Order: sequence, then structure tokens, then C-alpha cells
Amino acid sequence: MHEPPKTLTPSEDVATAALTLGVAADTGSSDKPRSLWSDAWHDLRRNPMFIVSAALIVLLIVVAAFPGLFTSTDPKFCDLTHYNGGRAPGHPFGFDRQGCDIYSRVIYGARASVTVGILVTSGVVLIGGAIGALAAFYGGVVDSLLSRFVDVFFAIPLLLGAIVFLQAFPFRNIWTVIAAIMLLGWPQMARIMRGAVISVKESDFVTAARALGASDMRILGRHILPNAIAPVIVVATISLGLFIVLEATLSFLGIGLPSSTVSWGGDINDAQSSLRSAPHVLLFPSVALSITVLAFMLLGDAVRDALDPKLR
Amino acid sequence: MGTYVLRRLLQMIPVFFGATFLIFYLVLGMPGDPLASMCGERGCDPATAVALRAQFHIGQPLHIQYFQYMKGILTLDFGQTFSRRPVLDVMRDAFPITIRLAIVAFVIEIVIGIPLGLLAGLRRGKFFDNSILMATLLVISIPIFVVGFLLQYFLGIKLGWFSPTVSGAATWNELLLPGIVLGSVSLAYIMRLTRTSVVENIHADYVRTAIAKGLPRRRVVTVHLLRNSMIPVVTYLGIDLGALMGGAIVTERIFNIHGVGGTLFQAITRGEAPTVVSFVTILVIVYLFANLLVDLLYAVLDPRIRYA
Amino acid sequence: MSHTETNTNPVPGIPVDDVRAGEDPNALVLDVENLHVEFRTRDGVAKAVNGVSFDLRPGETLAILGESGSGKSVTAQAIMGILDTPPGYVTQGSVRFRGTELLTLPEKARRRYRGEKISMIFQDALSSLNPVYSVGFQIGEMFRVHRGASRGDAKKKAIELMDRVHIPAAHDRVNDFPHQFSGGMRQRIMIAIALALDPEIIIADEPTTALDVTVQAQVMQLLADLQVESKMGLILITHDLGVVADVADKIAVMYAGSLIENAPALDLYGSPAHPYTERLLAAIPRVDLKGQELYTIKGIPPNLTHIPTGCAFHPRCPYAQRPICVEQVPSLHDVSEGRRSACHFWKETLDGSIKNR
Repeated sequence: MHEPPKTLTPSEDVATAALTLGVAADTGSSDKPRSLWSDAWHDLRRNPMFIVSAALIVLLIVVAAFPGLFTSTDPKFCDLTHYNGGRAPGHPFGFDRQGCDIYSRVIYGARASVTVGILVTSGVVLIGGAIGALAAFYGGVVDSLLSRFVDVFFAIPLLLGAIVFLQAFPFRNIWTVIAAIMLLGWPQMARIMRGAVISVKESDFVTAARALGASDMRILGRHILPNAIAPVIVVATISLGLFIVLEATLSFLGIGLPSSTVSWGGDINDAQSSLRSAPHVLLFPSVALSITVLAFMLLGDAVRDALDPKLR
Repeated sequence: MGTYVLRRLLQMIPVFFGATFLIFYLVLGMPGDPLASMCGERGCDPATAVALRAQFHIGQPLHIQYFQYMKGILTLDFGQTFSRRPVLDVMRDAFPITIRLAIVAFVIEIVIGIPLGLLAGLRRGKFFDNSILMATLLVISIPIFVVGFLLQYFLGIKLGWFSPTVSGAATWNELLLPGIVLGSVSLAYIMRLTRTSVVENIHADYVRTAIAKGLPRRRVVTVHLLRNSMIPVVTYLGIDLGALMGGAIVTERIFNIHGVGGTLFQAITRGEAPTVVSFVTILVIVYLFANLLVDLLYAVLDPRIRYA
Repeated sequence: MSHTETNTNPVPGIPVDDVRAGEDPNALVLDVENLHVEFRTRDGVAKAVNGVSFDLRPGETLAILGESGSGKSVTAQAIMGILDTPPGYVTQGSVRFRGTELLTLPEKARRRYRGEKISMIFQDALSSLNPVYSVGFQIGEMFRVHRGASRGDAKKKAIELMDRVHIPAAHDRVNDFPHQFSGGMRQRIMIAIALALDPEIIIADEPTTALDVTVQAQVMQLLADLQVESKMGLILITHDLGVVADVADKIAVMYAGSLIENAPALDLYGSPAHPYTERLLAAIPRVDLKGQELYTIKGIPPNLTHIPTGCAFHPRCPYAQRPICVEQVPSLHDVSEGRRSACHFWKETLDGSIKNR
């Protein structure tokens, strides 16, 4: 915002000239000009981090959608005689404090985390993205008002705000949790989108589109958004992981998902008292949670590295 | 520069009122009887109910309630807890502890995070860099309460290097382990942020000029590269300090610390509105001032903003 | 800065005071021979510089002329030793400064030449200057690091230099920041930094490309004046034929990483000995040809990972002949004293008969 666009350093100039000059006379060169997205995909495909994390996430979604494929034990069938029991045939992870099968609870617990993660992230991207894009695109008074609105929500710490929000409801269910996290999570996305749109807005191709008479909506939808979306995607992917952690934290604090819903956070909360005597009760849901979040963060990292032209 | 400061201050005012109103609304203004969520399932005893209704002017229009409440805030009258203790006293007990905790976490972040992030950025793609990236990713991914438990168990109980719980006095020593836990996520972010900033700036034109000037590598890194790379890091740190105080809830629960987070959480679950609203209001104020400070700091660090 | 970082004897074996007084006026200050630089990228090896040779005498101005991607900037970076490695590597050749081979020097010794003996200025002064330090600091840094000067002395020297490059009110502006100056002023500050330790060569990489024409003229004039004052060698890298005409003593034309012609300036403009040069000159719009279609060289410079066989220019050359131009890489033929051309048909180009084919 404070300096003109940088010119390439000479070495970049050469390397870029070497790589991006597609049609090279009659030498029969096979290079084609590549867009940012196809370049990114090309990089991603060869990035082991991406492959691993993408595979994990696919597995996770399958587990969340079809838990029955992975276990036939009922997660809510609990027999106190198995209190904090260790491994047993058919029960690879042992039993928790109430005598429920930990393995099956870990499998079924995926659904809550994945659902919350995906729904919250979608909501946050849509709402935050829309507000941020509009603020940046129209600028002036609209921007000032919308930015102050964003600031108001930003000023309240995420966890605290969610807790206060949830406390207002006498009941607990997954929708209030989703709403709570969305309510305080959208400002970040709004800021990211706003920043991205502002920097794209100044580009020459936008000016050109305007000069050719394109309507505001067309410019925003066809020209600005596709170019501004990259940082949003990166942050969304990483945030997905963080939203899952947040839900687990809320459940851990006892005000998240109700105990009737199988959730990793809730299980970790219950396992607190058994930490010294039966650490496996804490261990398995913790590992499941951590791996899930790790997968999303790795994915986000890989996507960001692939999309960032500066880090080539 | 003066207009810049003034502008930021003016922008803060509507945000302050907006945020405090939002909290107020969430606690007291949601549809339904606000007293229903207070006092838990058994409901309030009549005396407390009367006192609460008077304190919050319940029954009057919402904006009057809010106005009365803000008037109270400005005269430092934060109301009373259910046990008739002035909230101000509760604050006086809780805040210093959390401030100490936040400072411990903050210092750890800076002293460990920045140098390691710098090294990682300078050795981009090498083993050290990749290890740092992996380690920070792990720390961010593992939820803070798991980290808290693990460290409490292994370092506190098994190895005995730190005391596993914090006494009421909450001395600096006792706050060391909780400080590490609290700061762990921010530490990871600082390391990554420093690294990314260094990686971006290392190919900047002015670094090339510095090398062309024949300056020794050490000077190029510490004088030219670092100063520019620190700008986003310092701004993050500024906001982080405010956020640390508000996010200490989990850490304080695990280590049984009677700070802002611990007190606040108990108040929230008990539905003790006066405490909740007051504490969160103070935290919002702290956060807003931290933001303002960061903006000013940014202008100090980056002359382009100063004279814009 | 600590005293370990200053040096009072910058170049081993050569005393500090200027060797220029009383020396052989024909001795070479810089001798570049058969320089090869390649960039190893994921899409292949880009041969950025292929066997470039030239030399420079004290007080001489050499212009290196070429399109983007011709390798001119990379050559300069290789001389300075500031190539980005990886992906850039100097694979062959020698760069001698007053007889000392630079390419094989260890980094510590090499660094002593930078800024002291050979300086460089860059195209975009705004991004090339550090935005968070004052210009006085950045100029004075040369004295504090290389000469062990105190802060006060360094500042005095900075003001002197700013005066020397004609920045008005230097004393008042020495604490200002780069973004507070205009483009032309910023470029002068870069020149001041480059000039600080009285180098023997200044390499100017497209110093005026980002500037207005009038400012351009001022900056070029400044460089010329400074050169005369201190008998400094100047290597001017540019793509602008107009800038070169006034200033250069001799010109080296580069294409696709190779030197395809070098000649004294007047000779090059008057009678080019290579089709590329000839076509470049033909592409300059001329007032007396008003109303006719503007000529451009068709096609674009080649991808450096796939340089054409034979003569690299053959795909775009209107006079190319099969099979020789497609199969044989032309060597640098001697045209006359101080003139060389890498074209199979340099004779025909020189006397103009090539156009009649």
C-alpha cells in the first residue's frame, strides 16, 4: 500500500523470462504459459505433505460420514464393569471411565468435529468474505462502517465470546456451538478478504475492465475475486483446523457439545481425572484430535506454498 | 503523525462502545429472562434476584440498561458478585496474577521465538528450517489443553522440574510452566511469522543493495534484514499480549490459577453476570489499547507510515 | 561497528592510496573472459550468459545493450559476485580486476572489492534503498563499515556526497527517508552510495529506466561528470539505444546470453556489423520516415532453457540462411581494431550488401 509494485531483480528477470516466455519462435519448445492455479496444482501434486494431509482428510471425512464401516461397537453402550479397562479383544483402545469402548468413540467422535469444522469454515468464508470484499470494493464510507463493525467483533477474544454466547442458551446442541464459533470467527476472514481485494483492486486489469464498461458486480465476480481468493483459501484451510480445536476446547470446558453427543473434546474432559491411573483414556481422543488438526494445517501450508509466487 | 494517532483514537471509540454493547447484549439482552441463565438451574434466591434486577435495571429498555451499566463502568462501579463482594475487589485479586502469567509467556515467546525463526528463515529449506516448521505445526495442532496436561504430567509430576499446580500466591517460579503452556501456541506463531518475514525480505532489492555495498553478511542480516522483517512480528506481539490475557482460561483451569481466566470461567458457568460483563469489558479495553499501541509502534518502526 | 569489520588495507598486495595516478593509461581495470552463467531451475537449465568477454580501461564507458533476458544484468551480478546461488552458477570464465582473478577468491576477500573497488547501482531506487533507515545512514554506512569512521564523521561525509550529486539542501535532508525523495533524487542517492569510497568501476544497471526523460538526462550527465572528475570506469547496462549514444565509448550488444557484437559507439551506430544491431537501429522511429509503418523485429527473445541451434538470432533474422545459420554457432569474428561480430555474414552486414539478398 505504501510502495509501488516491485520490479523483479535481474536474476528473477532472467529466470522468469526463461520460464514464462511461452511461444519461443521456431525452436519447437514445448513450454506453455501456466496460470497461477495450474502451476500451484502442479506443485501440490508433487508435494508429499499435500498428499499425506489430503489423504488423511479424505479418510477423516469417510470416517465421519460412515462410522459404521470402521466399527460395529455402539459408542454409547457403556458397561461400568470395564471402568478404565485396558485393551481387550474387539476393543483395541480399551475402555473409558464409564466403561464405553474408546475406539468406537474415537470413530464416532470424528463426525462432530468434521461437521463443526466444515460448517463453521463455510459460514465464516461466506459471511466474512462477503463483508470484507464489499468493504474493500466500495471503499470510503462503506469501508469505514463495515471495518468498524468488523473491529467490534474482533475486539472480543474468540474463546471468551463463544463461552458468553453459549451461556445464554439453557440448552446445548451442535448448532449453538457452530453459531458461537461462526459469530466470533468471521472477522478474521473479513480482514483477509478485505486486504486481498484492496491489493487486487489496484491492478491494471481491473482498471482495464472498468474502462471497457464492465459493471461493478462483474468486475468483482469475474476479475477481483478469483485473484483475491488465494489467501482466503489458505487461511480457511488452516482455520478449519483451529475451529475444530476451538470446539474441542469448548467441549473440554464443559460448555460445548452436550454429553449426549460423542465428541473428542468431551471425552478428553472426562478423562482428566484418570490422567495418572489410565493415561490411555486421554491419549486416544487427544491423538485423534491432534492428527485431524495437523492434517488441515499441513494442507493449508502446502496450499499456501504452492500459491505464493514469491516463494518460488 | 499526530493526525494518525488522533484518527486511530477516534476509530476506537465506536468500537469500544460496540464491543461492550455486544457483550452486554449477549449476557443480558438475549430473548428470555436474563435471570434464567444466572444462578444456575435452581434459580436465584429472592434477595439476590431483587438485587440483580436493581443492579441491572432489568425491565427497563435495553439501551437504558446499557447506559446505566456504562455509567457504572466509568465510575469504576462494577457491581457485586452473588456473594455481595464488590467485583472490583475480585478484579484486584485476579488481574495481577494473570498479568504476571502473560508476561512470562510473552518473554518466552520473544526470547525463543524470534531467534529461532530468524535462523529458520536464513536456512530455508534445510533441515533446521524443516524441523522448526514441523515442530511449530505440531504445537499449533495439539490443543492447548492436551499440551497442558502432558507438560503438567511429564515435567511437573514425573520429572518434578516444576510444581504441577500454582498456589494462591502465584509466584513467578510457579508461573513458569503455565507460562510455557500459555505461550506455546503464540511461540509457534512467532517462530513462523519471523521465518516467513525473513524469507520474504531476504530477496528484497534493498538486501541486494546491502550486499553490493560490500557489507559483511552479519550486518546485512542484523541491521538491514532484521529491522524490516520485525515489523509484522512486533505488531503481532503487541496484539498477542492483550490476547494472552483473554485466552488464559484453559491454562488457568489446568493449573488451578485464580487469575482472570479462572475467575471468569467460574463466573460464566454460575451465570454471575456482573463479574462476566465487567471482566470482559476490561479485557476488551486492554485489547483495544494494545491495538492502538501496536498501530503507534508500527508508525515508529516503519517511517513510510509516519510521513504518509 | 566493531573494528574487526573495518579494513585499512582493503585489497591484499595493493596499497590503499589510489593506484590511478601515474599508471599506464592502457592497463585494463576489468577483464572479463569467456564468462558462462547458468540457472538451474525445475524447468531445466537456463543458459543466461554464454561466453561473454569484454574489457574496460580507466575512465572508459562501456554500454552493455540488450533486450530483457539477454543476460546483461546477470553478467553484472556475476562480476560483482552477488548472483543468487542457487539457482545461479558461474560455470566457466574469468573476471580479472587489475590482474586479480575475482571468481576464485574466497568470499571474504571478494567482499573487499564490493563497494570499494567496484560499485553497483540498480534500476528501482525506491525498492533498492532500505525504507526504514535515513539516506544519511545508508550513505554513511559505507564509511562506518569500510573505513571505521565514527557516526559523526560518516554523517559529514554523507552530506558531502549528497552535495556532490547535487541534492539540494543536503544538510537538511540527510535524515530524511528514501520515500520522501523524488525518483531522480533517489537515484542520485544510490549514486552517492556507489561513489562513496571512490571505486574504480561503477556498474549501472538500467539506472534511468524508471525515470522521466528529462530526469534521465540529468542523471546521465551527472554520471558523466563524475566519471571525468575521478577517472572512473562505467559499465552502463541498458536496453535504450538513445541513452547509450551520448555516453558510451564502446558498446557490447548481447542477445540470448551471448555477446553478438562489440564496437566503439560511433562505429556501431554508423555501420553495424550484425543483423541484430542493424535491425535494432532500423527500429528507431525517424522523423524523416513519417507516415510509414514502424518497423519492429518480429518474434520474441528465446526461452533460455531452449536456445535455438546455430545462431541464436536466426529465427528472427530476416537475412538468415539455411543451413549455416541454423547449424553453426557463429564465432566472434574480428571486424577491425576493437570491433568484433558474431555473424557468419558480418562482412555483408557491414557493407550493407546483406540487404540485397
